[in-house]
Amino acid sequence: MVAGTGVISAIGNSLPETLHAFQQKKSGIGAITQLETLHKNVLPVGEVKLSTEQLAKITKQPTITRTALLGIHAAREAIASAGISSLKKWRTGLISATTVGGMDRTEDFFQPFLQNPSQGRLRDVVHHACGSTTELIAEAIGVNGFLSTINTACSSSVNSIMLASRLIRQGLLDVVVAGGTDALTKFTLNGFNSLMILDKEPCRPFDATRNGLNLGEGAGFLVLVSETVAAREKIEAICHVSGFANTNDAYHQTASSPEGRGSFAAMQQSLEVSGLSTDDIDYINLHGTGTVNNDQSEGTAINRLFSDKKPKLSSTKSFTGHTLGACGGIEAVFSVMAIRHGCVFPNLRFQQPMPELGIVPQVEFESGLKIRNVMSNSFGFGGNCSSIIFSQIQR
Amino acid sequence: MITHYCIIRDQNIVLDGKVIFSEKNSDLDAFLLNAYASLKVDYPKFYKMDNLSKLGFLAAEMLLKDRSLLNDYAPEQVALVLSNAHSSTDTDRRYTLSSRTAPSPALFVYTLPNIVAGEICIRHKIKGENAFFVAPAFDPALMADYTDMVMAGDTGASIGGWVDVLGGHYDVFLYLHEKNKAGLAEHTTGQLKELYNTTLWNS
Amino acid sequence: MEQLMGNLKRQIIEALNLKHLKPEDIGDDQPLFVEGLGLDSIDALELIVLLQQHYSIKIENPQEGPKIFRSVKTIAEYITAHKPA
Repeated sequence: MVAGTGVISAIGNSLPETLHAFQQKKSGIGAITQLETLHKNVLPVGEVKLSTEQLAKITKQPTITRTALLGIHAAREAIASAGISSLKKWRTGLISATTVGGMDRTEDFFQPFLQNPSQGRLRDVVHHACGSTTELIAEAIGVNGFLSTINTACSSSVNSIMLASRLIRQGLLDVVVAGGTDALTKFTLNGFNSLMILDKEPCRPFDATRNGLNLGEGAGFLVLVSETVAAREKIEAICHVSGFANTNDAYHQTASSPEGRGSFAAMQQSLEVSGLSTDDIDYINLHGTGTVNNDQSEGTAINRLFSDKKPKLSSTKSFTGHTLGACGGIEAVFSVMAIRHGCVFPNLRFQQPMPELGIVPQVEFESGLKIRNVMSNSFGFGGNCSSIIFSQIQR
Repeated sequence: MITHYCIIRDQNIVLDGKVIFSEKNSDLDAFLLNAYASLKVDYPKFYKMDNLSKLGFLAAEMLLKDRSLLNDYAPEQVALVLSNAHSSTDTDRRYTLSSRTAPSPALFVYTLPNIVAGEICIRHKIKGENAFFVAPAFDPALMADYTDMVMAGDTGASIGGWVDVLGGHYDVFLYLHEKNKAGLAEHTTGQLKELYNTTLWNS
Repeated sequence: MEQLMGNLKRQIIEALNLKHLKPEDIGDDQPLFVEGLGLDSIDALELIVLLQQHYSIKIENPQEGPKIFRSVKTIAEYITAHKPA
């Protein structure tokens, strides 16, 4: 069961700020202000509107890596909102996904080091490894049981929530903090730029004229608990993870197959696990990066699976940018928010459907809805496709 | 049970305890190219892979040498559970160097550890569940427990193990686990630990 | 033109890691993508980098790739037409 959620992204540093941004249709995508890069005035991004120093101050941490600080901020909010009296009482785990780890600080190290190999502060690189990010978060939130780090590209944090659900289902853990975190770095900005899939304008997912993605940053975590914990801690969870699946598209290292066979299989199998039919899904939080390839592939799979009875759907990456390893965690938090508040989020800047698919996403913030089941998609390089379903708990 | 396992270590490729390919006195790049040539498979994409993918690819080729898993399983029934210590740092480094002049897209696409999983899936047409764990050292308990969870449902076979490389240092232990087949060893923490630690070719 | 195409073939083999090929294996008019040499979208991006590094030609829109990179000959023609003075 989902006991708590926490999020930080370009559209807000907390759950209330995030919901407010959705209600106001206020995108977080804009010019680069934090990162020192040549692309500063060229490529828009979804930055968290706090400097690393400010983040350190708020989280009462030394200025460790930005990735870890974002993770600590969101994980703490998730734990606070879960209302568990003491994590120490339970077998608790932390599963955190990241693709860049402490790369942001390593880049600080590199500039002086490349000028002169005796320069550069070594303390900037000690947290470079992805696993180190998880350890820093664990220390800050006081989890010392099971720790695990997942990096399967952009589907990473859905996979960490999947693993968490399984560990609880199998009775191996009682409480798991699961999600992911990624900071913007020059490494990813240059890399995606070299792939020529970064839009110089704010992205337009699922639009006929879409022309690439915007990178973003942030963190999103859930606190998952067993039924025993929920009962003993008197937690009134509103939803649970009812289905999940991970498949491989087996097509290309980075491109999705045109027919979206991996994404189709992931969505279909997650429905099977949940025991739900396509009619039961009330909202799909799309992977929807805004690249020509992803949206065409994902849309084709959705058309095939849902045919003419498609639920409301939208890509919240039009607000946050693509937060890579964190997006599955952030969008899981949004999915829970949709169930809790009976709302769906707009897909910004959509004007005309892809001609070959005709899919029209949700364009307005809408509330007062009965949202029982939400499907969230995350697909990554390496053909890694994940789909997860959150279902309202009937009382 | 574990039906095959492959170790690539110290310039040896070892399948089920027997040395299949060995070449001393060559660096890793040359070792990988020569090992590929000795396989006599026609898969030019191999040349484009980073060293992590090349290592995983070669080990998987060994496990599936004489058979196609698809004769026994649907593509969705074969899972892949991999792990290593250094993620994609080996390629991250090369890519970072390239980006001082012009960032190389072909290098950038390998700056994720799970690309090796994608390459193996593409090669063998596997479409089941994938996971990639980053851990300080090979963790037989994690591997055994997680694979069992993945295989609790319809999944009939999995390729699991460890594929690690950083600079000239590399260590590969990949195995094929099939739920309903007799094999070399049970898929347990203890057996995985033992197989991983084998140094049979020295004896 | 002949010389340019010869250079291009060597540069393509080098940049795209086509270790199984020699320059003479690539025909001037042979399609480079899919049915021909079997290059893919990432190779196309590497070719864009190649043109920029060796010939100072910048291709801004990757959608133009398939037209320019149809064969060694079309690339050579594009270079000849767009080479900065």
